[in-house]
Amino acid sequence: MPPSVIAVLAQLPDTFWMPPSASSYSGDVDRVFYLILWICALMFALVAALMTIFVVRYRRREGKAPPPAPSFGTALEITWTVIPTLVVIVIFYFGFRTFLDMATPPPNAYDIQVTAFKWGWAFGYPNGHVDNRLHVPLDRPVRLVLRSEDVIHSLYVPAFRVKKDVVPGRYNTIWFQATKAGEFDLFCTEYCGTKHSDMATVVVVQEPREFERWLDDAGNWAEKLPPAEAGRKLWEIRGCKQCHTLDGSSRIGPSFLAIWGKERPLSDGSTVLVDENYVRESILDPSTRIAAGYENVMPTYRGRLKDSEITALIEFIKSLAPAPAEAGTPTGGGEDGQR
Amino acid sequence: MTTGGASETGRPPHLAHHFESSSQQVETGKLGMWIFLSTEILMFGGLFCAYSVYRANHPDIFFYGHQYLDTMLGAVNTVVLIASSLTMAWAVRCAQLGKQRGLVGFLALTLVGGAGFMGIKAVEYTHKWHTGKWVGTANMYHPAKADGSMAPPKTEADPAGAEPAGPPSGAEAASQPFAPPPDRSQVLMPSTGPSGMVALEPSPALEPKAAEHVELEDLPPAERERVHIFFQIYFMMTGLHGLHVLIGMGLLAWLLVRAARGVFGPRYYAPVDCVGLYWHLVDLIWIFLFPLLYLIH
Amino acid sequence: MSTGTTTTGAGATTGANDNYLTCDRGIRSWLLTLDHKRIGLMYMVVILASFFLGGLFAVLLRTELINPGPTLLAEEERAWDFYNHMFTLHGAVMVFMFIIPGIPAILGNFVLPLMLGARDVAFPRLNLMSFYLWLIGGAFFVWVLLSGVIEVWLGIDLPGGGGLDTGWTFYTPYSTTTSSAVVPALLGAFTLGFSSILTGVNFIASIHMLRPEGMRWFRMPLMLWALYGTSVIQVLATPVLGITLLLLVAERVLGVGIFDPSLGGDPVLFQHFFWFYSHPAVYIMILPAMGIISELISVFSRKHIFGYKFIAFSSIAIALLGFLVWGHHMFTSGQSALANAIFSLLTFSVSIPSAIKVFNWLATLYRGSIWLATPLLYALGFILLFALGGLTGLFLGALATDIHFHDTYFIVAHFHYVMMGSTLFAFIGGMYYWWPKMFGKMYSELWGRISAVVVFIGFNLTFFVQFVAGSQGMPRRYANYADAYTVYHQISTIGSYVLAVGLVMVGFNWLHALVRGRTAPANPWGGNTLEWHCPSPPPHHNFSRPQRVGDPYEFRRWRFDPEIDGYVRVEGDPVAPAPEPAPAGTTDS
Repeated sequence: MPPSVIAVLAQLPDTFWMPPSASSYSGDVDRVFYLILWICALMFALVAALMTIFVVRYRRREGKAPPPAPSFGTALEITWTVIPTLVVIVIFYFGFRTFLDMATPPPNAYDIQVTAFKWGWAFGYPNGHVDNRLHVPLDRPVRLVLRSEDVIHSLYVPAFRVKKDVVPGRYNTIWFQATKAGEFDLFCTEYCGTKHSDMATVVVVQEPREFERWLDDAGNWAEKLPPAEAGRKLWEIRGCKQCHTLDGSSRIGPSFLAIWGKERPLSDGSTVLVDENYVRESILDPSTRIAAGYENVMPTYRGRLKDSEITALIEFIKSLAPAPAEAGTPTGGGEDGQR
Repeated sequence: MTTGGASETGRPPHLAHHFESSSQQVETGKLGMWIFLSTEILMFGGLFCAYSVYRANHPDIFFYGHQYLDTMLGAVNTVVLIASSLTMAWAVRCAQLGKQRGLVGFLALTLVGGAGFMGIKAVEYTHKWHTGKWVGTANMYHPAKADGSMAPPKTEADPAGAEPAGPPSGAEAASQPFAPPPDRSQVLMPSTGPSGMVALEPSPALEPKAAEHVELEDLPPAERERVHIFFQIYFMMTGLHGLHVLIGMGLLAWLLVRAARGVFGPRYYAPVDCVGLYWHLVDLIWIFLFPLLYLIH
Repeated sequence: MSTGTTTTGAGATTGANDNYLTCDRGIRSWLLTLDHKRIGLMYMVVILASFFLGGLFAVLLRTELINPGPTLLAEEERAWDFYNHMFTLHGAVMVFMFIIPGIPAILGNFVLPLMLGARDVAFPRLNLMSFYLWLIGGAFFVWVLLSGVIEVWLGIDLPGGGGLDTGWTFYTPYSTTTSSAVVPALLGAFTLGFSSILTGVNFIASIHMLRPEGMRWFRMPLMLWALYGTSVIQVLATPVLGITLLLLVAERVLGVGIFDPSLGGDPVLFQHFFWFYSHPAVYIMILPAMGIISELISVFSRKHIFGYKFIAFSSIAIALLGFLVWGHHMFTSGQSALANAIFSLLTFSVSIPSAIKVFNWLATLYRGSIWLATPLLYALGFILLFALGGLTGLFLGALATDIHFHDTYFIVAHFHYVMMGSTLFAFIGGMYYWWPKMFGKMYSELWGRISAVVVFIGFNLTFFVQFVAGSQGMPRRYANYADAYTVYHQISTIGSYVLAVGLVMVGFNWLHALVRGRTAPANPWGGNTLEWHCPSPPPHHNFSRPQRVGDPYEFRRWRFDPEIDGYVRVEGDPVAPAPEPAPAGTTDS
């Protein structure tokens, strides 16, 4: 612990309170913050000092009756009504002015479609690419259109001082303009269930040209990789990982390890052979046949995955099957038989 | 408050130990009742608030839904309830004047009025049950229950008309430049833009014949799945009101038994008075419910 | 019972067998009692038990957070679920079962009729009924807890779900879709709300109708003003919560869909409904605390309260303005910028009456004769914590900064400073203050002071660091967190242990006072409100004859008598030039 204490103390001067600021309006927010902070510090010091002085100075002394003191003072009452009123009006004004900037996206903003789900984010770019990390260009206004597909989430980037609830059934929007390249934390701040705290990702701020290059590449990365490898990446970034492990332990859904080509019991008592058809169906219509022992909670990926991506996932699951030594077993034969 | 000496002798049997006089006790009881009634009004206020929000956002479904309520039965019920309020007031008057038979008679009449109201309500509810307009998932318009003909399937690519103001959605998204991510939603999307309450632009199809009969097909497609909301609000409001009528009937029955024993008289009628206030409130709430639900234009 | 009340009024009744604790024996005489003092004590037992339970949850969840990653349970998902259930139960139990009923139901029930010089509250039967409604509501929550234990440790799936993982705010659509026992929790909160409404009705009627001769509205002790304001909020806000919770029950049981977006409903409407109650509920928690502080500050500095009318009116102003600010919980929910601006401005308006109170309390200390007894230590602690909690509210009322702080640890710290720091300090201070009156026993002053300091240090250690964590961007309700936040969480967790130790010390001090405490005089502090005019503990019917009162903050008639270690009333006319038209009080003892 001591090293971390030192680390915190080291950053005391500038970022003890607010984290490093990295968007066009975060400086304004910080100015409002420090304005209020100083007002608060002064008021608190005043209250604490008066209290201490009075308690020490007027402590009870034996055999000494308290001197008579007034119990009402109109001038005093008016003073400490009017001054706080003026102070809070000033605070309101500055808070509101900055908020208006934050609430009004510039017309030339770059739109990114954000979908929140339990428990992850999908950021959709104009070219159709969907990513689980938010890449944005540096020094360009970006507008996020937020939607949720299950419960309320909230998108929060501390470094940008930006936050908005993602409410199912409506679009919310926010905008920001990143002013520093680098990676910044992005959190979900509306409680959304078991893995709420794992629903975090990063914002990657890149130079505009770098961003363009990334976006061009990203649009078709899956095709450039061997299918099984592409499948592993898809498993990582498209949300499969949240529920399906690779080590055989079961979470919300069954593990992918060594299920390929096996007969699996279903919740209705029958069994099914895990083959291309079943995997594809489970991705597109997950509620049709539920593996025994699991809840019907998986959302459909219809329209969310391209055909080539589904193929890649199938290849990936296939690659997790036991070594080829067992390939000659009857189940393997069944698989061949379907081709 | 100042009748200090009265506590020593001659305390009436109904005077609790912590009051100094009967009038103080009666006043206190009445004040307590008024405060309690204000909480009742606020409780219904929440429902009226929900009504206003949905009525403002989805006027069409309210107009469509109200056609399935029987205005005639509602009007009869209004008359029955107002009449029972009158008999209740009369009962209080009889208690104050010490007219024992009048008190019992009018209390009985009020009770009959309440029973009549609930009877008619039961007829209405039964009819709705048989025609599939019941509360909750049993409602035929309920999206979770509806088949394809009632509610357009959501995950398929919709024809453009389904989401007039929304961005394009569905399978073609991937191929279009500047399209949102492919539709993965399991929920309804709003028909209009981002901020504020979800508001529906008035549908041009409805304007010309607003006062006439409206078919489900006349509703904008996105609204067809929300029709059940009208019935949910109807059942919540009339259900809570009906519960209050039932409680009121219980109180009336209790009063009736005590009145028959001759407990009440000019010196002690506070319970009759308080139940009367409650009954008038229940009546008053219905007077708001009837036009809001049955007489929509 | 009512017939035995016409005891001839003359003379002070001081016989030991006449006090309310010993006048009747047996469990029935407690369970069926209509005596407001006994009902207050019964509330005390169950509410303190739920405080203990809520505190246990708090310690558990702080322990889970001592390191990132799973701490108490090995598996990640089980650990996260455990944490989610813990913070929900902590919040729900503390809010619905401890803080909202705490001061009104325990201290209010005990003190209000005594302060009024009345023999009971206006509706004693209703009072007992609200106690039993509280018990029923509490039983629902006990079931929620038990069902969670049954599901997790015994592995039995209950049809209604087990535990509670929605957060105490029950936000839809999460609360309509989760599999935990939401319906019992909603019914529990509904029943507790009903209990709270009936208490409010009772208090308003009592204050209106049972005031003794001479007690005009502006002669009422400030505690009564505060309880009056509290009751107004209870009566006006709680029914809206009631209907909201019922709609949510209908939503879960029947699938009504008024709040569920997948059925065409609006989840933000739920938030509006919920906060329309729950923001005023914050003032249900803090207003009676302010009332206690007004009493303590005045009595322990032996000085008339400063700016009586301003403190009284500010209570009412807070109660009314509190209804207009609920929207500040939804600055980030997507409501329009105009609505945000209006709610922000209204929110700031609530800070003014709070500031007025603080300054008036400080002015009361000025030139007093300050006796640093345990209750006053808590009152002073209250002023500091409330100042800090209130001032940090300015960050949250200001729109620009609230966007950053919303749903982070900054909020958590802020509302713990006002709800826990302030209300709990006032509650403990009030318990110490009225303990001798309740039980006729004195507590240990030394241990009282030591534990007050420990609680104060533990509290600040726990929560101040959360302001820093929150401004650094640590979101609330996180079972897991980035390594960068570890140091804040560790300090906070250590603080919570210190706080827990301090609170246990407080509890032991009270218990010790019950068993071993020396006998308390009728008026150990020299207070002049009417409860100090009757013996400790008070007789069954409080006062044998109607009271006449003067200024409740006129202390010069009371002189300390070392013989009985308490204050006695000086007869004759010791008050030099009376500023008020002669208090002219009567009653001996």
